[in-house]
Amino acid sequence: MTLLPPSSREVLLSIRDLEAKFTTDDGVVRAVDGVSFDVHRGEVFAIVGESGSGKSVTAMTILGLIPTVEVDRGEILWKGRDLLTLSEEERRKIRGGEIAMIFQDPLTALNPVHTVGRQIGEMARVHEGLGKKDAMTRAVEMLDLVGIPEARARAKMYPHEFSGGMRQRAMIAMAITCKPDLLIADEPTTALDVTVQAQVLEVLIGIKDEIDSGIILITHDLGVVAGLADQVMVMYAGRQVEMGTTEEIFYESRHPYTLGLLASLPRLDDEGDEPLVPITGAPPSLIRRPPGCAFHPRCRFAQVPGLCNEDVPALRLVAGDAHRSACHYAETLEGVTVDTLRASVKESELVTADADTGEADA
Amino acid sequence: MTTTDSPTGPATELQATEPGGGVSDVADLAAARPLRKDVWRRFKRNRLAMVGLALLILLVLTAIFADFIAPHSITDRDSTQFRKGPSGDHYFGTDTIGRDVFSRVVYGTRVSLKIGIAATTIALVIGLFLGAIAGFFGGLLDTLIMRVTDIFLAIPYIVLAVAIASVLGRSVNTVIFVLGFTGWLGICRIVRSSFLSLRQLEYVEAATALGYSRFRIMFRHILPNALQPIIVYGTIAVGSVILSEAALSFLGVGPVDPTPAWGLMVSDGKSLLAVSPHLLFFPGMAIFLTVLAFVFVGDGLRDALDPKLK
Repeated sequence: MTLLPPSSREVLLSIRDLEAKFTTDDGVVRAVDGVSFDVHRGEVFAIVGESGSGKSVTAMTILGLIPTVEVDRGEILWKGRDLLTLSEEERRKIRGGEIAMIFQDPLTALNPVHTVGRQIGEMARVHEGLGKKDAMTRAVEMLDLVGIPEARARAKMYPHEFSGGMRQRAMIAMAITCKPDLLIADEPTTALDVTVQAQVLEVLIGIKDEIDSGIILITHDLGVVAGLADQVMVMYAGRQVEMGTTEEIFYESRHPYTLGLLASLPRLDDEGDEPLVPITGAPPSLIRRPPGCAFHPRCRFAQVPGLCNEDVPALRLVAGDAHRSACHYAETLEGVTVDTLRASVKESELVTADADTGEADA
Repeated sequence: MTTTDSPTGPATELQATEPGGGVSDVADLAAARPLRKDVWRRFKRNRLAMVGLALLILLVLTAIFADFIAPHSITDRDSTQFRKGPSGDHYFGTDTIGRDVFSRVVYGTRVSLKIGIAATTIALVIGLFLGAIAGFFGGLLDTLIMRVTDIFLAIPYIVLAVAIASVLGRSVNTVIFVLGFTGWLGICRIVRSSFLSLRQLEYVEAATALGYSRFRIMFRHILPNALQPIIVYGTIAVGSVILSEAALSFLGVGPVDPTPAWGLMVSDGKSLLAVSPHLLFFPGMAIFLTVLAFVFVGDGLRDALDPKLK
């Protein structure tokens, strides 16, 4: 194990200005719009955003898993090679062997008619050409590695005989069978009980250190991110809105959307009477994106009319070495924390409540 | 069709996990090996299916041990006995040229089972392959294959059989060929619809993400999940192929004498129904029971394989 911080190590994956779209009957959906980021070996890179923000599409595009997605622009550099220019056969070899994916719902992602051991072993058979017996031995080893007790007996069972947490462990075992350099975990704990989530995440991180890979963690659960991630990228409406280290994002956020996400969560030190501050409104349609900054209709700090509804803000360096934000007024957010946001909202909310009742009376 | 559900019955699963529920009873869990035992348990409960199965076993044994069961050769003529009714020497009587009907019916099981199984196998292979491709890839390929099946559906197989028999000559193999190459339409459609719905599932996407080839995904990951209706349809298809063979023989485009095909024997006996009904009755009965056996077993399998029907 190296003591160097992950960000100074080998760059595994480098995404440059990626643009991807779906064409639907209603129009073109810009699911990923100009996204760039690097993932280093040994690093947990979290992509955060609400449903439809493009985080899953970004990850799936890396593997080329969605046939209906068209990539318009950009590069996906994997160890220096652009994946988008490779043939289907070459990409297939990278999938599973070098980049593996862990799916959200382990029940539906495991094949019900094959035993768990056979499914894990199949990875070794396909990518390393192992025989049936060796593959089974490997599968048992892998199940053991992810902490499944009595792995030998468990390997002979079918997925429906496993509990939720064990299934997710089995999925992880399958993904790491060929010691991939990068693991993409798409909401790996969403389908699990809270009590099991922590165990599974622990396994995931332990494995990452064991095989010295990188992880792209896709989630909407900020709690998971805070505990595990090294780097965080926040996405909104297909664009990156903020990117930085976990500390920067959680304690010195420079984007109203990130601040909104943080303020909408209850905290352990809350006493019970603090209001939760929601982000008002709904995520925008990706077909008819609002002009200017896509977040401005829901933004508490927006200057409308003005820059916010006219100009699309670029992702730019706002602090430190690599803390980037896509907000025109990122600098003015310095000093705005979740606490000040909560306090300010408490007052303004009261005011609007009064105004509402006044109107109703009149 | 169960899709994301486990293919086994929920009942045994519950029994297996209830006592203890912890990690300690792994051995119990493993002992309660599901699928096969469970299917057999449900199949056993169905009386008709068991009758069908008994008949099937009897048929197969008859076909295998025909040499020992049949008292006479199928071509030997007893010149003293023409068109005689059942007797101690000739259990099912004799036909118009003095051959033993019982022996011919016994050897006929071989012909019928051979035609039934071979033609159904051909149909299954074609139907599976085309249906899998159509359902998995979709798009233009799907449209193309489905239009071809539509065209085949529009051709009456009997007309096709007459045409082919006149070119290739009448024989058992011609019947197999005709029935095999016209019988795949139903299977093709069943397989296609299963593949269409199964390819959307997450474990298929997962298999893609793990870098498996399309061929492997189609036949190792999707096909086993689509097998239930195929097994059922295939079983019933054997029965219906045997029936079609009888129809072809009856129309005079099936195998030729002296092949002991049941349909041919019925056909030969039809004009003598009033004088010697045994010529029609015994081979007809054999066809009837055989087809019934396959249909009963097929029905029983369908109920046993699909826990939702319970």
